[in-house]
This record gives sequence, C-alpha cells and structure tokens, in this order.
Amino acid sequence: MKPSKSKIFTNGIITSNPVFRLVLGTCPTLAVTTSAFNGLGMGLAATLVLVCSNALVSLLRKVIPDKVRIPCFVLIIATFVTLVEMLLKRFVPALYSALGIYLPLIVVNCIILARAEAFASTNTVGDSILDGLGMGLGFTLSLMTMGFIREFLGAGTIFVGSLGEIEFGATLGAMPDYAMSVFVMPAGGFLVFGLMMALINWAMDKYEQKRKAKLEAEALHIEESKRYLDEIAESEEVKVENLEGQEVEA
Amino acid sequence: MTYFLLIIGAVFVNNFVLCQFLGICPFLGVSKKTDTALGMGLAVIFVMGIASVFTWLIQKLLVLAGIEYLQTIAFILVIAALVQLVEMVLKRFMPALYSALGVYLPLITTNCAVLGVAILNIQIYGVASGESLLQAFLNGVFSGVGFTIAILLLAGIREKMDVDMVPKPFRGFPITLIAASIMAMAFAAFGGMIS
Repeated sequence: MKPSKSKIFTNGIITSNPVFRLVLGTCPTLAVTTSAFNGLGMGLAATLVLVCSNALVSLLRKVIPDKVRIPCFVLIIATFVTLVEMLLKRFVPALYSALGIYLPLIVVNCIILARAEAFASTNTVGDSILDGLGMGLGFTLSLMTMGFIREFLGAGTIFVGSLGEIEFGATLGAMPDYAMSVFVMPAGGFLVFGLMMALINWAMDKYEQKRKAKLEAEALHIEESKRYLDEIAESEEVKVENLEGQEVEA
Repeated sequence: MTYFLLIIGAVFVNNFVLCQFLGICPFLGVSKKTDTALGMGLAVIFVMGIASVFTWLIQKLLVLAGIEYLQTIAFILVIAALVQLVEMVLKRFMPALYSALGVYLPLITTNCAVLGVAILNIQIYGVASGESLLQAFLNGVFSGVGFTIAILLLAGIREKMDVDMVPKPFRGFPITLIAASIMAMAFAAFGGMIS
C-alpha cells in the first residue's frame, strides 16, 4: 500500500521523529541547543540540505550504480552543505559563528544519509522532497524545544538571537540571576535530552494503551450489537413460526 | 611541556564526547558491552591518527591551489577512501587486528568525530609549519584516546544497569543519556585545568 502525501509529511514530525524516536543526528542535537535560536538555525540549515539532497538523490536514483551509492550520496550531501555554509557566512554571519564546526559536520549527520538511503533512493522526487520537509521540520522542532528549555533554565532568557542588525529575544525579570548554568553545559544537554526522551516514551506508551483500549471497547460493542441483532432475528423467527402455526390451525 | 598539555587537553579537558559532543552516535550505539566498546575505541584512535595526517596534507594542497572552500567535500572523501584503504590493508597484512576492528571500521566513515578532529586541527594549528603536523597527529590520536575512555566508562555503567530495575519510560536511551550527563558533570571538573 502506498502511503498518502500527508502521511509521508507528518511521519517525520511525530511518529518517526528523527531525534526522539529514531535517535539520529544526536551530535548537533546536543551541541547547538544551548539556545532556541541556534536550534532553529541548525534545524533550518539541515532541512535545506536534507530537502535538496533528497531531491537530487531521488532524481539520480536510476543513474547511480548500486555498489557506489553511499559515496555518491555523501558527495551530493557535501556539495549542498558547502553551499549552505557559504550562504550563511555571507548573509547570517552571527549564526555561522554560533554553529561553528557543527555546520560542516551536517555532512555526517546520520539523518540525511539515512533518508537518502532509506527513502529517496527508492521513491519519486515529489515524495522525497515531502519526506525531507517532514523530517527536517521534525528535526527543527525537536532542536528548538530543547534549545528553549536549556536557554530558559541555563541563561534565563527566551529566544535571544540576532539576524544581521535586528536583535530580538526577551529576558524574564530576575530570571538570569537564578539561572542554572549547568543546563547550557554539556551535562545539561545530556540530562534534558534523556528526560525529554523518557517523557515522549511515556506519552507514546499512554497513547498506545488508550488506542488499544478504545479498539477493544469497539470490538466489544460490535459483538454486543451483533448478539442483540441475532436475538431480535431469533425472536422474529419464532413469531413467524407462531404465525404460520396459527394460520395452519385456522 | 606544550605536548604534555596538548595530550591532557585532548584526553580530559576537551574530551570529544563529553565536552564537545562529537561522536555521540557510536558513543550511544556501541556502548552496550565493554569489549565491543573497546574495539570501537581502538578503531577510532587508529583512524583519527591517520586521518589527521592525511587531511593536513590535503589542506596544504587546497591552500596551494587556493580552493579552501572545498575543505568539507575534500575531507569527507579522503576520510571515506582512507577508511576503505585501512580496511583492505589490515585485511591483507594484519588479519588478527582486522578481525578485532573489522565490523567497526565502516561505521567510522560517518562518525563525526573523525571529520570533526580534521577540521578542528586545521582551525587550531593551521598548516603553516611542520610542527603543526605533529600537533595535529597527536591531537588526533589522543582525542581518540579520550573517546575510548568515555565509551569504556559508559559501557561499564550500562553493563551494571542491565540488571537494575529501571522505570519503563527510561529504559534504553533515556537512562543512558542521564548516566552520560553525570559523567559529563565529572568531566566538567577538568575544565579550566589548562587555559
């Protein structure tokens, strides 16, 4: 069965979220999420690379020989990463320096190679672009959420960043004085990631249980109504028999 | 003395996994048992040492040709080719070592620690002097040693944790991440040892 377009798109955001469900791309997830703005920037950069590489891999899927496909994918990805690097350096230098070494390291981000191998190399261009968008959006949302939590607890600010000359973000009263700097340090990154993953596992478990219970209840309901219908049908038969009997007597 | 500081810095202060978040995928993925963790660690030390030297040479060529912007593409190709080459050479000449490291070698191509150390070496030491080649090599090898120490410690903790009663949502990755978090706190104490 072929999945629908919307299913391909939402797959990456919730059911197989690359960060929390597939546990791919953990290095940038932990490293750049010291602030929500950095998380957003990293997410968008990776999304751009993911969509472009998915499209090109899918376009060339009949041309690339099977044996050398992985080096080909890596080369395609590296090309787009270099392009994104140049664009950011020119237009958003603040983000470029904030992401630092993790920007060229998008090349070895396993999400991108995994999607090229598992999806784009066997699907049409349109579907591959949708898949890239969904996965990228799931990645971006996860990074932003983690960045938001770590920035708030670790620095006491909300979405601080700058784009060229425009600066934005908010500081909550005396919050920075009570900030726990451990949250913007590596230890805090591991801790927030672990706790969030546990929370999502718990929520998914609850959701599954609820769905199962609902299905069981529905099955029970169907059985009951069947039995009810059978009973009605039986009593009708009895009535018909009685009527026939009466007719014969008459 | 500078080399001593470089080594301590690479192994503890700037530990690749716990302080710089490089090589997290194998750190989480191949740390279920201590012996597989050791195999992965040795393979990483080996490849990172060789890759540091080769990427230094490549960067020198790129600078000479004036095409430094191709760094990312050139490095990833060199590393992929190098891993393949190391695999073939080991298989031919050192079968014992090959059978010990074999399965881990292909995984290393997509290990961001290797590409990471190559790029960091260039950023920190540059390619101007011959001394920087030695520094890059030492940094590569001892960053690998730091990775090995971290993954071995985590594998030891995970082996113990296997028999513990962990709450259901925490089983698998979450509790591993929290253990890594406590390890990172311990390693954060090395910070400031070298300025």
